[in-house]
Amino acid sequence: MKPPRFEYRAPSDVEEVVGILTEVGDEGKVLAGGQSLVPSMNFRLARPGLLVDINGVKALDYIQRSGDRILIGTLTRHSCLENAAAVPGPLGRLLATAAHHVGHMPIRVRGTFGGSVAHADPAAEWCMVSVLLDAEIIAVGSRGRRTIPAEDFFRTVFTTALEPYELLSEVILPVLPDSARFGFVEFSRRAGDFAIVASSVVIDVGSNGIINPRVALAGVGGTPVRARSAEAVLAGSAPSAELFRAAADAAAGDVEPMGDIHGSSEYRRHLVRVLTRRALERAASEA
Amino acid sequence: MKTPVKLRVNGQAHEIFVEPRKTLADALRDDCGLTGTHLGCEHGVCGACTVLLDGDPVRACLMFAIQCQDMEIRTVEGLADGEELHPMQRAFWEKHGLQCGFCTPGFLMLAVGALERKPDMDEEELKEMLSSNLCRCTGYQNILAAVRAAQAEMQ
Repeated sequence: MKPPRFEYRAPSDVEEVVGILTEVGDEGKVLAGGQSLVPSMNFRLARPGLLVDINGVKALDYIQRSGDRILIGTLTRHSCLENAAAVPGPLGRLLATAAHHVGHMPIRVRGTFGGSVAHADPAAEWCMVSVLLDAEIIAVGSRGRRTIPAEDFFRTVFTTALEPYELLSEVILPVLPDSARFGFVEFSRRAGDFAIVASSVVIDVGSNGIINPRVALAGVGGTPVRARSAEAVLAGSAPSAELFRAAADAAAGDVEPMGDIHGSSEYRRHLVRVLTRRALERAASEA
Repeated sequence: MKTPVKLRVNGQAHEIFVEPRKTLADALRDDCGLTGTHLGCEHGVCGACTVLLDGDPVRACLMFAIQCQDMEIRTVEGLADGEELHPMQRAFWEKHGLQCGFCTPGFLMLAVGALERKPDMDEEELKEMLSSNLCRCTGYQNILAAVRAAQAEMQ
């Protein structure tokens, strides 16, 4: 179908974006890559009265390092992160792998990192990665700038802690140590579809076993979640097939997936178990 | 409310007068008279409307025409050089890369754009790239064969 009528503004700096959002309140919607917003407008599921197109705000398109953190500007296209060298170390490889799972090539050259996080699809790669790595999400509004931890940011399906007058301007991720290893596995019916379930892990193996294990899951509820019991199983133990199985079982116990047309609750729980085990095996074998 | 929008398509300027909600795909078809760009699903799934925007393949149903001012747009009408088909078009013909032809403009622009960005794509990358668009006739094998043939010629 065709989208309903809207007004269109294309500001060139962040201040102007925030000014417009403050002025129009609930009626306003930020247009970044438009790869989720425009389909939902074409379906008439979304009917914003005014679109604030931020594609001309070049200051929001960057990947920068600041000490032990990577700052990702909201307008960074998915395709920029497909290049593992865009970000140093294991984090760059993790982001490149995740980016490659986002939609298809024409979606990736247009869609943006910040847009995906703000859209908050429970199966979206960047939302899961943000929760996995305890990202800090920066929101800018007329009252200034605030930092929202990823786990507080995602409230439920397509719902975040962002206020209507705020712009998600940046996502901050921690640089991973060179010794860190990751695994990222998705299951979907067709290439490029949103995952039915996805699992991602980061582990670091020291002389006293696994340190700082992180396990995050997508497609298991209204938001991506950390599998804390799986992390507890992994912490301090030496990697082994048996340990990974136990952690995967714990991850399956951590979730209460909702069933829908794409998979029942029980099926998704099964996928959590299988994919988490595979993600751990990939992490362990990552060179 | 309608606004004047300047589009540059296949090297030619088009001054059109459209509402902000007019998608690039509809503007190309209705206002520029370039009906080679086809609309299938209108929600970014099928890829029939793929055009090149500053060289990148994009879904023209997910962009508004008003966003595309000052950008270089290429459509299937711009591929051939007069009577001389683009190597990709010729390869689709020779390798039977189409049957009904509805998806073909999208596949041509997708493949041309992808290979211009990365000429040395390997078999897996080509398959992954072609999975972006839907074709319900061919089963994709002849499309892949056509793209491989054109790739050799384009290099």
